[in-house]
Formats: sequence, structure tokens, C-alpha cells
Amino acid sequence: MTGIYNDPIGHWVVVVLAIALLLFVVLTATAYTVWFERVALGHIQRRPGPNRVGPYGLLQLAADGIKLAFKESFIPAKTEKLLYVVAPTIAVAAAFLSWAVIPIGLWYNVQYWIADINIGILLIFGLSSLNVYAIFLGGYASENKFSLLGGLRSAAQLISYELALGLALVPTFMIVGSLRLRDIVEYTVTWGPYHGPIPLILLTPIGFVVYIIAAVAETNRAPFDLPEAEQELIGGFLTEYSGLKFVMYYLAEYVNMITVAALAALLFFGGWYLWFVPPILAFLLKVVLFLFLYIWLRGTFPRLRYDMLMRLGWKVLLPLAIVNVVVTGVILVATQG
Amino acid sequence: MSDEDREVDGKPDQPTPLRGPDEGVPPHPEGKRPSVAADITALATGLKTTLGEFFSPAVTLEYPEDKSPRSERYRGRHYLRRYENGLERCIGCELCAAACPVGCILVIAAENTDDNRVSPGERYAKTYEINMLRCIFCGYCEDACPVQAIVLGPEYELSDTSREKFIYTKEKLLEPLPPDVQARLQTKAKET
Repeated sequence: MTGIYNDPIGHWVVVVLAIALLLFVVLTATAYTVWFERVALGHIQRRPGPNRVGPYGLLQLAADGIKLAFKESFIPAKTEKLLYVVAPTIAVAAAFLSWAVIPIGLWYNVQYWIADINIGILLIFGLSSLNVYAIFLGGYASENKFSLLGGLRSAAQLISYELALGLALVPTFMIVGSLRLRDIVEYTVTWGPYHGPIPLILLTPIGFVVYIIAAVAETNRAPFDLPEAEQELIGGFLTEYSGLKFVMYYLAEYVNMITVAALAALLFFGGWYLWFVPPILAFLLKVVLFLFLYIWLRGTFPRLRYDMLMRLGWKVLLPLAIVNVVVTGVILVATQG
Repeated sequence: MSDEDREVDGKPDQPTPLRGPDEGVPPHPEGKRPSVAADITALATGLKTTLGEFFSPAVTLEYPEDKSPRSERYRGRHYLRRYENGLERCIGCELCAAACPVGCILVIAAENTDDNRVSPGERYAKTYEINMLRCIFCGYCEDACPVQAIVLGPEYELSDTSREKFIYTKEKLLEPLPPDVQARLQTKAKET
């Protein structure tokens, strides 16, 4: 295996195969996240959710996919055609690229990743900023007032919450001393008799709370789904999109959702470490629990008013994150000298 | 700014000045704003409620398999009834057709003879048709019938594939013969 890997052509073959496998896994996971969301939301509303196509409705997404794929690829007359077509591809490309640096724990010391770079989390932040372009350009190119308003809101919202999101994770980096996701998961402590990895939420609980709230806003999920507020903006930036271009936005939203859920598991809950549970199961379990948290929030809270959203971002989360960074710094200096 | 305001001060229509988020908001009914702890408790209560609903059984009736019960007085598809001896109740009086507010019933009566006795009365319905696309299921035909011949039953799944199939003829509406009468007719047919 290492022989193939050191050969220049063999190396690329392995990388392309690895990417193909990862894409397949992430796409399947996305499809079943949509199914999971619909069923869970259904149960929150005391109804069964999709249960007709296949056992437990598990093939519902195949049916939806076929339906959307065979729709007419329609471009409204007055749109900025190039931007209108490019915007959804930005969304989906940025969403999938994040997975290049996320290590999937298969077993102890065995992880699946495409690129193990030392600025992994920074890359993910950069890519999630690209999502702003996808949504804003989509809204702008649609030449529709509702789309434009949705895009504008999205730009303001994502920029506001990105600050809190980034700052919420700074204490983690300060403690671990690395931006590599694998290092963060493998961070070990020696507390008396215990020596081993710990969930970092014990060290930065406030960082975790800020991260979770900001991540919901960052992925445009309810209760922060202002950019596509159905009741006031029809579909927001999605209004003029249909068929496969709509699928791209839809896919990007759910891939982003899985990404932030996986990041929460990796950064705060010790990734693939959970007692004696096999690592791959532990990792999956944590991701699924975070996905459920997202769906649960969506099923519970009404959408925030726009000024309240801004107030929460700038006046609550951002100061909280800054204070968290300062306090963590002081404690680190005091304990480590 | 309402019309009365403009008349009182006589000023031209001014645009409403922009307000800050807390400006002009009436004070909280309890006097002061709820604390952060109260806000978070409220959020937690909401989450608890939805989680409780999540683990409660679904109330959905999965229609084609499960059907909700119909009342005894439900007005669905019509039936033409028979007496226990197998004779048709309908005497062809056309009162149902007269009572029908949308005129969807067509009755053509014929005389009963000793050779061909269909109903106990003088006449019987030779043709009895209901246009189910017109019918509004009001049940007036049932009320009007002097011999309780036409009744509305519990069936409500009446969809079909062509308009012609919605003209329900007498064969479709008429109840089958009671089993004992059917058996008697069969033995009679064998004897002859």
C-alpha cells in the first residue's frame, strides 16, 4: 500500500479514489439526514413523517431526487445568467470541500481523511465564508426583490455570526495549541490517575454554547433561517431556483449541517473517543445526536426577528466569546506559568 | 398617521420617524424585563415540550389502511332497498326526484303486472338513475321517500375514471336479493 502511495501516479489514483468514496459517503449521509429530519420533525408534530417509499420511507430521498432531476432546468428571463448558474455551484463546492479536512475516526489511530493539514479548521471557516457568496450572488442574480432581500439578510447574518463562531473556538486552539482537527481530538490530559483524551467541552463550556448557537445561524437553519423566511420572503434567495440548481443549495445546506455537527463532535466531545464504544460508532453517534439537536431546535423555536438576530449576534454572543477568550488566556497563563 | 390626526393639527403628511428597537415599545406588563435566567428557562420549557411530543405516539390516521369511523347518519353513496321477501321498495312515485335540489335523480315508472311483479305497489321504477357528479348528498331524497326505498349509505370513496361511470344506474344502486330469496329462486330455476 505504501508502495502505491509513494509512486506519483499511484498517489493520485489513491487520492481520487479516496475523494470518490468520501463524496459517496457524504452524499448518502446527506440523503439520510434529510430523511432523519423529516421523520424527526414529523414525530415532534405527532405525525409519522415520510413512511411510504420503501421500508420506513427510507427510499423517499431517491424518489425526491428523481423528481427534482427530471424537472426542467429553467432560468428566468431577467436574471444575471452567469451568476445565477454559478452561485449554487459555489454553495455545493464549498460545502463538500470542508469534508476534505475532517478526519472520520474509524478506529483508534485510524482515521479517514483527504488532507491532514495543520490549518484544517481555518480552511473550514474560509469555506463557510464562501457560502455567503453563494447565497448573496444567488439572491442578487435572481433579479427578484425577495431573493435580493434574502441574500442581503444572509450576508449580514453570516458575517455577524462568523465572528462569534471563530472566537468561540479560539480557547480550544489556545488549550490544544494546534488547528489540526486530529490534534484537537487527540488532546490528552493527565489529571491525577487519569491520563487520556477528554472532551474539550469540560474546558471551554462557554465556547461550546456560543459555537452551537453561531453554527445554527451560520448554516441558515431555523430559528435563524432569515435568508429564506418563507412567510415574509417567499423563499428568500431560493425563490427563483428550481430543479437541479435548487438541489445544489439544498444539498449544500444539509452538508453544512453535517459538517458543523461533525465539528461539534470533534472539537468539543472528543470525536471518536467515547468510553469503550468502538470509535466509528462513537463518532456517528455524536454526529447524529448533534443533528437531532438541530432538528429539535427547528421543531421548537420560532424564527427570530431580524433586529433581535443582530442583537443576539453582536451584543450577546460576540462579547461572550471575547470574554471567554480572555478568561481562558488568563487561566492558561496562571496554570502553566 | 391616521386621518383624524391630520385634520386636528392641519400639518402635511409626515413620514413616520424611524424607531430604535426599544423605543415606543409599551412597558412589560410585569413592570420589568424578564431576566436572562427566565429566558433560558422558557427556552428549556419549549425544548422539553417538543421532546415530549416527539416520544408521544403519532395521531396520524394512515388513510388507505386505516379509516376513520362514519356516523350512522353519514350521507354517502345511495342504495335502493328491498323488502325481506325480495320485492323492491321503490314504487316509482318520483317524490325523490321532485325533492332533489339539484335534479340529479331520474325515475321512469312502469306498471306492475301479475306476471312481472317488481314492487308491492301499483307501479315500480323501470329506470332509476342518479348523477353522482351532481348529487350534493343532502339526503332530501331519503326524507321524501314514502316507503324508505332510497337511503344514503356510509361509502364515500366514489372516485372513478370517466364522467359516464358517475351515472349510477338501477343495477348499481339496487341492494342484492336477500340470500334466502336468492336460494329459493335458484331451486325454482332448477325445477323448471
